[in-house]
Amino acid sequence: MRAQTIIDWMHEIETEIAAQSDYLTKLDAAIGDGDHGTNMNRGFTAVGRVFAEQTDQAPPGRMLILAGKTLISTVGGASGPLWGTALRRAGRALGDAESFDGQQLAGALDAAIDGIVELGAATLGDKTMIDALEPAARALHASLDEGSTLGEALAAAQSAAEQGAQATEPLQARKGRASYLGERSIGHVDPGATSSAMIIAALRRAVDSEQA
Amino acid sequence: MSVSAASAMKKFLNDPADVVKESLAGLAAAHGDLLRYDAAAQIVVRRDAPVHGKVGLISGGGSGHEPMHGGFVGRGMLDAACPGEVFTSPVPDQMIAATKAVDAGAGVVHIVKNYTGDVLNFKMAADDAADEDISVETVLTDDDVAVQDSLYTAGRRGVGATVLLEKIAGAAAERGDNLAAVAGVGRRVNERARSFGVALSSCTPPASGKPMFDLPDGEMEVGIGIHGEPGRRREPVRPAHEIVETMLEAVLSDLKPAEGAKLLAFVNGMGGTPLIELYLLYNEVDKQLRAAGLNPVRNLVGSYITSLEMAGASITLLELDDELTALWDAPVHTPALRWGV
Repeated sequence: MRAQTIIDWMHEIETEIAAQSDYLTKLDAAIGDGDHGTNMNRGFTAVGRVFAEQTDQAPPGRMLILAGKTLISTVGGASGPLWGTALRRAGRALGDAESFDGQQLAGALDAAIDGIVELGAATLGDKTMIDALEPAARALHASLDEGSTLGEALAAAQSAAEQGAQATEPLQARKGRASYLGERSIGHVDPGATSSAMIIAALRRAVDSEQA
Repeated sequence: MSVSAASAMKKFLNDPADVVKESLAGLAAAHGDLLRYDAAAQIVVRRDAPVHGKVGLISGGGSGHEPMHGGFVGRGMLDAACPGEVFTSPVPDQMIAATKAVDAGAGVVHIVKNYTGDVLNFKMAADDAADEDISVETVLTDDDVAVQDSLYTAGRRGVGATVLLEKIAGAAAERGDNLAAVAGVGRRVNERARSFGVALSSCTPPASGKPMFDLPDGEMEVGIGIHGEPGRRREPVRPAHEIVETMLEAVLSDLKPAEGAKLLAFVNGMGGTPLIELYLLYNEVDKQLRAAGLNPVRNLVGSYITSLEMAGASITLLELDDELTALWDAPVHTPALRWGV
């Protein structure tokens, strides 16, 4: 995989988030402040614009860092710094190499999650994006270690992320704005975990379309 | 009226996406003697910033809380404000631009309301300011007693105390206090202030065009913040004196003021509640505080930290000492607060 994979991934995210913006906003209105879809949409639209303006193609790691910086500068809220830091860390993990393989991708996902945890201090079960991302990373590693193809491993990661997001429904939020609701946050799927699962699904589609 | 017509958003807008920019341009057009709007950096800056030798004060947060924060830019209060999208924290780029615009070499205080988004974005900005050799002190507000400060929440929210803190720390900076002293006064305000809010209606962010929550007739949300988020619980609306009793009980049991303490009582409207009701609430606050042996020697009544057009109110109590009282009384000249000049 090369820089084009990153461009395709960001494009897949932009398309999916735009299509699901109202749904994410609806989830957020229930337990947050109702702007998650709008904010993520603004950020990934900006990433698409910045990528389109790039004349020289940078290495994949650099493209991720550029995407992360763009999110930090355009999203605001908690999602901006969290996803911005995540993509920057993932980019740094990939370094300046022209290409990367499945194991390196899994390592980059670990670095992204470490960045989110450092900044947001959330752990599994707090009803946050971590509830989708950590199971995804675990599934990706396990599947690759068992010798699956990258396509199979990403499919496992996607379904782990989606299950993780769904599993936030009965949880009481302990981080972020939903935590102010106390027990009233129970019974709602977390919007951040939901968009995180969409981002993992977009990664799978980007890699699949390239390997097809 | 049909159901669809009744639920359609009715607001003074051009393109909903431009609401923040156009409102800030209007603020600058109305108060050009006090402040300017830098549209490229998306910040509001005191006209004469950076003020020679003075510690700079900036704050910021999502829009939709007007007049906070842009309406508090001017002499004796903020040097700059960073308004985000409606109910969305601004981005670090705005905070860095504001920090640079107001730094006169004496350092800059960042006043940050305790919300995950605001805290994270300001943290990134403070790290960047340090790289540019600008001294930054961050003062956090977290005065909302409706939220338990525990491992199980993001901590208490910053609400009404933010307004009082910006005024009092602004006066400390204006009289020439150094960076540590201004930040210290600010932290003292936050430590001695507590707030509690109640909503009688939801509010509609322009971008979504839909109310944040449905509140049936006869019910109120108790323990709300300032982002149209639902409160801690829902209760039937009761007479005002009972509602004030509940709110004061929540605030006082946490603040635990000394017997006979001098208080600043702040009755704040959430945007859609008229002054006639806010003064009615203040009447209850004043009576009940005095009955409890407390002494409301200063007050502020009006809509200063709002949640768009939400009907509702919050009560903030600040336990004063002589210095805080003097700083509160010091001259201030901003679009939203003006006295002594």
